[in-house]
Amino acid sequence: MLRQLRTAVRTGIVTEACAPVGEVQRIGERLASEIVRLFGRSLAIRQVDAGSCNGCELEITGLTGPHYDLERFGLHFVASPRHADCLLVTGPVTRNMAEALRRTWEATPDPKLVVAVGDCGLDGGLFRGSYAVVGGVADVVPVDAVIPGCPPPPAALLAGLLEALGRLPR
Amino acid sequence: MIATLALAVVQIAIVAFGAPLLVGTLRTLKARLVGRQGPSPWQPYADVRKLLAKEVVVSTTTSWVFRATPYALVATLLTAALIVPVMTVRPPLAFAGNIILLVYLFMLGTFFLALAGLDAGSAFGGMGSSREVAVAALAEPTVVVAVFALALRAESIDLGRIVERFAGEPWLAANPAHLLAFAALFIVMLAETGRLPVDNPATHLELTMIHEAMVLEYSGRYLALVEWASAMKLFVFMTLLANLFVPWGLAEPTGPIPVLVGALALAAKLAVLTAAVALLETAVAKLRLFRVPELLAGSFALAFLSLMAIFVVR
Amino acid sequence: MTRLGYGVVALMGAAAVGLGGYGMTGGGAALRLPSLLPLGGLELTLDPLGGLFLALIGCAAIPASIYAFGDAAGARRGRFAYAVFVTSMCVVPVAANTMTFLIAWELMSLASYFLVLHDRQSKGSVNAAWIYAVMTHAGLACLLAGMLLLGADVGSPRFADWRAAAPTLTPTTRDAAFLLLALGFAGKAGVVPLHVWLPLAHPAAPSHVSALMSGVMIKLGVYGLLRVSLDWLGIGPSWWGAALLIAGAASSLIGVLYALVEHDLKRLLAFHSIENIGIILLGIGSAALYRVAGLDALAALGLIAALYHTVNHAMFKALLFLGAGAVVHATGTRNMEAMGGLIKRMPWTAVCFLVGSAAIAALPPLNGFVSEWLTFLALFQNMRLEAVGQNLVFTLGIASLALTGGLAMACFVKAFGITFLALPRSDAAARAHEASRPVRVAMLTLVTACVVLGVGPTLVVPTLESVASAVLGTAPEAISGDWLTVRVSGQFASVSTAAIAVVLAGSFCAPLVALRLVGASRRTRAYETWGCGRIVQTPRMEYTATAFASPFKRVFDFFYRPTKRLDIEFHPESRFFVERIEYENPTRSIFEDWLYRPALRLLHGGARAAGALQSGSANQYLAYILAALLLMLVLA
Repeated sequence: MLRQLRTAVRTGIVTEACAPVGEVQRIGERLASEIVRLFGRSLAIRQVDAGSCNGCELEITGLTGPHYDLERFGLHFVASPRHADCLLVTGPVTRNMAEALRRTWEATPDPKLVVAVGDCGLDGGLFRGSYAVVGGVADVVPVDAVIPGCPPPPAALLAGLLEALGRLPR
Repeated sequence: MIATLALAVVQIAIVAFGAPLLVGTLRTLKARLVGRQGPSPWQPYADVRKLLAKEVVVSTTTSWVFRATPYALVATLLTAALIVPVMTVRPPLAFAGNIILLVYLFMLGTFFLALAGLDAGSAFGGMGSSREVAVAALAEPTVVVAVFALALRAESIDLGRIVERFAGEPWLAANPAHLLAFAALFIVMLAETGRLPVDNPATHLELTMIHEAMVLEYSGRYLALVEWASAMKLFVFMTLLANLFVPWGLAEPTGPIPVLVGALALAAKLAVLTAAVALLETAVAKLRLFRVPELLAGSFALAFLSLMAIFVVR
Repeated sequence: MTRLGYGVVALMGAAAVGLGGYGMTGGGAALRLPSLLPLGGLELTLDPLGGLFLALIGCAAIPASIYAFGDAAGARRGRFAYAVFVTSMCVVPVAANTMTFLIAWELMSLASYFLVLHDRQSKGSVNAAWIYAVMTHAGLACLLAGMLLLGADVGSPRFADWRAAAPTLTPTTRDAAFLLLALGFAGKAGVVPLHVWLPLAHPAAPSHVSALMSGVMIKLGVYGLLRVSLDWLGIGPSWWGAALLIAGAASSLIGVLYALVEHDLKRLLAFHSIENIGIILLGIGSAALYRVAGLDALAALGLIAALYHTVNHAMFKALLFLGAGAVVHATGTRNMEAMGGLIKRMPWTAVCFLVGSAAIAALPPLNGFVSEWLTFLALFQNMRLEAVGQNLVFTLGIASLALTGGLAMACFVKAFGITFLALPRSDAAARAHEASRPVRVAMLTLVTACVVLGVGPTLVVPTLESVASAVLGTAPEAISGDWLTVRVSGQFASVSTAAIAVVLAGSFCAPLVALRLVGASRRTRAYETWGCGRIVQTPRMEYTATAFASPFKRVFDFFYRPTKRLDIEFHPESRFFVERIEYENPTRSIFEDWLYRPALRLLHGGARAAGALQSGSANQYLAYILAALLLMLVLA
């Protein structure tokens, strides 16, 4: 325990400042409305893997670490969609995961956001047109924002999320 | 009469509104200890406010037990808040019960929460319920024996009188039996409030959940109430620990100045306890579920030793 | 015609309540018919303790009989046995001499034997009735021996004479009488290790009979223990109290541990009866120990705690058995693993069973909490005793009571949760119907009793205190207080369940009001349970009772010694496809393995050896007759 304390004191806070600009594509009008006001200080995110290659998941995992630390903005990940405000969907929505994704979306209480991550989330990305893939996330559930990239690095993810919520000064 | 009522209101307000701050501070401290900036200590208030604006999704499998449980939980904790000495030596409901009542009030809350976990008909909820009642049942003897040890010393089982006795005669409190009892109750606090090493409050893996698994189905205002009740449980337990073992600063005559002093003293004691819990949570890993009974047996052994120490000293 | 029989019993119960109440408040009465029975005749005396138990029998008989109105199938046969059962139980607490007592006792046992044998087709029932008959008659033998010993020593079969002659008994006689009588009564009460008949007999009987057996009949064993340890034999040595305390601690823990892994609903309730008898014994043992040390106020406290728990247990156990009866009737099975979702189909039964579960789990502000609180307080004050050995015994009692309370709560989460909540696990449960009106009335009466006994201890405690004073022969002020609070031993501790109930109710409504004021969203949407997005939700995915109990099985495996059996059937074509998995994890009873089976083996071995005497040879028998004659000539 003392070693823990010593390391903490010596290393200090390593969190980096968030990038001022995010590349996010907004879809639809909902983001500009009261939903942003509601989720401005606290957003619970449920990550849904709709058939991704896990590249985006690895980047998302980085968000909870000390360098990117999404908790300082009031965002945090939750285990159950009942607790969630935002579904962070990765992957090109394979046919086998389409129904599961839809049920997850139904299980989430309103008001809610859906943010699609990566080029796969946008329109199927690398796997577009495959027999096993439905298409982008927007083909299954209504999407509010997309953060493109393959995979988008954690800084882009964070900036994209914050910009989608209107928390970054433009 | 008016003074007691005013005191009750103030006491409930401190517990109810201070609890989210306690949990928020704990989270911030844990984050800073691992080099993260972490959320602000006021984050839980923002979370609750947001949850109150969300709709509630209720499973068709559940019954009225599921919908009544959040309110029942809050009811038991608000009642418990009036039995524990928070800022004054004699809490408002001191005449209504003692440590036994407190322990069984917590069990009432656990009873309903466990039923709500089973009500949804999912395997996660049932698993959480089963584990939670196992931990609660195994932690109970330790609390009773540890407080009995203290009661032997103070010659009363009433919480207010124990505090009064130790505050008035500090040399009574300076013996190894107290340290052992404190250690035993500290471990029980970690177990009952779902902290590491018994349960990880921040986990996302259902197979490692105990408390979280029971609340997976709650949303909106129900989730806000359940989370708030859980924060209040931590607050009440820490207050009990702080005021039983470090009883100085508590107001004896209940005027506004002594009560303020009592509240500030409580804040200081809670800050120290929170830092200790944060440090412990950062340093240890979660115990395998089937090792938890060993930990609780160890805490019982500590409580028993403290009792033996008191018997020997007499 | 069925209803008439049960109506008569209900009326008899009401009369018993009236008479018992009269007796409790100090009104004495006596009845003597010397020529009716041999050895002293029929003699009945009403004193406060007897009055309490008489009133208790009546209070339990009324709802049980009302239940029988509504349970047409189960109650058609056995009306006569039921009437004899209740009548003989009413005679036991007022019996004033050996013959009256033992005849009433035996009638009670025989009547209940026939009631347990209700379903003659089932092998389990026949086995249960057989074991019950054997154990109850073994107990009767002990009682007979003890009472005759005492009667011979004192010179009279009347209990009043025993009480008067108690100080003149030799320690050997007193100890021997205590041992024999306590064994007999403990067997009837279901104290460990004489409890094996209880979990077999109580589930086999119809539910209203189980309610009475569990609620009242085993209390008559407690009545006997009270008489023996505190009344007939005067103030005994301290090992009596210690033995009772340790037996109580062991019974309570063992009862609840076996209940945790039980999935037959009525057997689970039967094991809980063993647990609660243990808690009552904790009170009695502490009363006996305090009395030896001269601390009469604390002895009265222990006795009051035991009596209160006796009353409470009768009420909530009867309630639980009646509820279980309704459930078993509606679903056709006693197995919890086949139930579920009954709260939607049987809402009234569910609420009554929930109140019963909360009461037996000692949750405030119901009655179980008050009596367990009093028991804790009686145990806590052992600091006034000087002997460290006794302090240790009390500490053991405190720790076991605390653990029992927690485990009982866990067990009833399982019992209520698996039976009533979530989805039905079988077709029978899915088609269950609500209980009939008489059954509901019976259950609601008991619910009211539980709530009143819980929220209004200040009404009950003064009566119990006067009963305790009458038993102990002194009038100490153990419990004081006003209309709101019960105060124990002066300033030592106090409780006010009425205040707690009010504060709980207020705090329940406060968030409702607060949320309304704050303007929280009131929208609700119904959807399926979160199942990680899977397509199908069936009852197979719910938690089972076996799974719920498995953490306990692991923690206490040194006690349960579970065996595991796993059968996996593979597809004939390939070992990689599993067709069926059968998993069994039964627990073994240490009492059966280590106590009863060796004892029975010994008995059989002895009988076989003695069988050598029956050689069939006439010459040998003639030799026996000669030897016996010579022996008698020598002894005469």
